[in-house]
Amino acid sequence: MNIQATDIATYNFAYLDEQTKRMIRRAILKGIAIPGYQVPFASREMPMPYGWGTGGVQVTASIIGPDDILKVIDQGADDTTNAVSIRAFFKKVADVAVTTETEKATIIQTRHRIPEAPLHAGQVLVYQVPIPEPLRFLEPRETETRKMHALEEYGLMHVKLYEDIARHGHIATTYAYPVKVEGRYVMDPSPTPKFDNPKMNMSPALQLFGAGREKRIYAVPPFTKVVSLDFEDHPFEIQKFDQPCALCGAEQVYLDEVILDDKGGHMFVCSDTDHCEKRREDGHRGHMAPENESRASPSSSAGPSPRKDGEEEAPTLTPPSPRPLRGEGKGEGQHQTFEKSREAE
Amino acid sequence: MTDEPLFRVTSLSKYYGSRVGCEDITFDLWPGEVLAVVGESGSGKTTLLNCMSTRLMPTSGTAAYRMRDGTWRDLYRMSEAERRFLMRTDWGFVHQNPADGLRMTVSAGANVGERLMAVGDRHYGNIRSTAIDWLGRVEIGEDRIDDQPRAFSGGMRQRLQIARNLVTGPRLVFMDEPTGGLDVSVQARLLDLLRGLVTDLGLAAIVVTHDLAVARLLSQRMMVMKDGRVVETGLTDRVLDDPRAPYTQLLVSSILQV
Ligand SMILES: Nc1ncnc2c1ncn2[C@@H]1O[C@H](COP(=O)(O)OP(=O)(O)OP(=O)(O)O)[C@@H](O)[C@H]1O
Ligand SMILES: [Mg+2]
Ligand SMILES: [Zn+2]
Repeated sequence: MNIQATDIATYNFAYLDEQTKRMIRRAILKGIAIPGYQVPFASREMPMPYGWGTGGVQVTASIIGPDDILKVIDQGADDTTNAVSIRAFFKKVADVAVTTETEKATIIQTRHRIPEAPLHAGQVLVYQVPIPEPLRFLEPRETETRKMHALEEYGLMHVKLYEDIARHGHIATTYAYPVKVEGRYVMDPSPTPKFDNPKMNMSPALQLFGAGREKRIYAVPPFTKVVSLDFEDHPFEIQKFDQPCALCGAEQVYLDEVILDDKGGHMFVCSDTDHCEKRREDGHRGHMAPENESRASPSSSAGPSPRKDGEEEAPTLTPPSPRPLRGEGKGEGQHQTFEKSREAE
Repeated sequence: MTDEPLFRVTSLSKYYGSRVGCEDITFDLWPGEVLAVVGESGSGKTTLLNCMSTRLMPTSGTAAYRMRDGTWRDLYRMSEAERRFLMRTDWGFVHQNPADGLRMTVSAGANVGERLMAVGDRHYGNIRSTAIDWLGRVEIGEDRIDDQPRAFSGGMRQRLQIARNLVTGPRLVFMDEPTGGLDVSVQARLLDLLRGLVTDLGLAAIVVTHDLAVARLLSQRMMVMKDGRVVETGLTDRVLDDPRAPYTQLLVSSILQV
C-alpha cells in the first residue's frame, strides 16, 4: 500500500498532466458536438507503444475521475494481457476501482468488441482505434479524404462494398464495417465485428474513439443514429452463428473459436467473457460446460487462468495479438488478413 | 433546339507568375458542339481546358455555364461542393493518361459504377447492369467487368475512362489529348468510337489536341492557339482547307508535308 502511494505521487492523476487532459477534453467535446467527425488532437507519448491502445488510454485518462469504475476488454475478454495491463495502469496512476462486470463499470475501454449486456445511460465506452479514416483504403490522400467528408462525398464507400459483392457474392467486410452517423459523417467503428454495429445505434451510452498514432478523436453521443452502409439488394446483415456458446448456451452473441488440442478439437464460446460468466452463474449451461463447475471463466479451460482484481501485477506488455488459443470468430477466414493489415497501429 | 450557348468564356487569362498560360480568351460553346483546341506544345491548351473545367482558377476573366434548368452560373463563384457535383454529374473529364482518371486498384465495373454510387444509386444489380452496358458501348467484354484496369491495355484503359465519364449522361466532356499515348491503329479505333458516342449522345466536347487529324475527325469547329492566345477560330473544315492566319497556314502546311 505504501509503495502504491509513493507511486501515485510520482504521476499526475491519471498520468497525463492537466493541460493535456484539457486539450483532449476539448477534442472530445468537439467530437460530441459533431457526431462521427474526426477531430485532430495532439496525441502524447504514453508509457506504452502505439498499437497498445494509446488513443483509448489518453481518452480514458482525460475523462476518468476518482469515483469511476473502470472495465477494460480486449476482443471481449477482461483477462488478456493487454486488458490486464491497461487496467493495472489506471489502478496505479488513478487509484480507481476496476471491475470486469459490464453492469457496474462507468467507463469501459475496449479493443474490438462492444459488450453483449446492453449499456445504460451514464456509461462511457472508449474504443481503441488503429485507423480512423474509413476512406483511407481507396483514397490515400488525406487532403482528399478531408474534402470528401466536408462535402459529404461518400460514393467511394459504396465502391468498396460493390467490390466486395463483385468478388465474393456478398458484402464480405466483417470488421470495421463503415457506418453513417446521424445521417452525416461516415465513420469507421474501429475493428469491431459488424455483429456489434447495431449496438452502436441509439445507444444510451456515450461512445468515444481514440486513435493515438493517427492523432484523431471522434464520438457518438448517446441516442445517436448509427446506420451500417449497404445496398438495397444486399442489405446489411450481422454474422450468424449456427450453434450456441458451448459453455453457457447463449444464442445471438458473438462467438470465438477456441482450439482445444492439436487434433482439430475446438468449441465456440462467448467472446464476451463477463457475459458468459454471468450466464453460468445464473445456471445456464452449454453442451461442453464442465460438470459441477462454479465460477469458471471460459478462458480458464483454454487460456491462462483469470486473475482476481487486486491480484494484478505490474503491467507487463506483450503485443496485442489474439489470445494464443483463440481464433477469430467463425467464418472470418478471409477477413483475418484484412484485419492483420489494419493492426499496424 | 436551343438558341443559347452552353458555355461562355469571356476574357479569360491565366498567368503563372509572369509567364503566360493563356491570355484574353473569349468564345462560346454550343450544346452538342465539339470544339477542337489545337496548337503547339506550350501554347496554353491545357491551361485553358483546366480553367474551363475549374480544375484551375484563372487570373482574370469569367466562365459561365448554363445548367440543366436553364440558369446561367458563374463557375468561379460557385461553391466547391457545387463545382464538384457538376464535375461528376453534368461533366466528364478524359485525361491523356488513363491512370489519372481511373482508380487503378478497383475493378472495371466499380470504375464505371462509381459515379452512379456518388449520386446515390444504392442498388447493386442496377449499378452492375449499367456498368455492363457501358463496357459494351466502349467495346470491353462483359467478362472483363471484375478485372482491374491494371490488367488492361492502354487502349482499353482509355475506353474504360470514357465509359466511367459518360455513365451519368453528362452534357459536356473535356478531353486533353485523349488519343495521345496510343499507337496509330489503336488511336483510329478510339477516335471512331468517340465520334460515334459524341454523335449518339449529342454531347458537347472540348478536345485538346496537337493532332490536326484528330481535330478533323471529331470536331465541327476549331480554335488555333499560339503563345497563350487564340490566333484563329472557325469551322474545322474551313480552317484546315483554307487557313487565314499565317501561323495556321504554317501549321497546316507542315502537317500536310509529313
Ligand atoms: N504549373 C505551371 N507553372 C508554371 N508554368 C506553367 C504551368 N503549367 C503550364 N505552364 C506554362 O504555361 C504555358 C502553357 O502551358 P500548357 O500546359 O497550357 O500548354 P499546352 O498547350 O497544353 O502544351 P502541351 O501540348 O505540351 O501539353 C507554357 O509556357 C507552360 O510552360
Ligand atoms: Mg497540354
Ligand atoms: Zn457463453
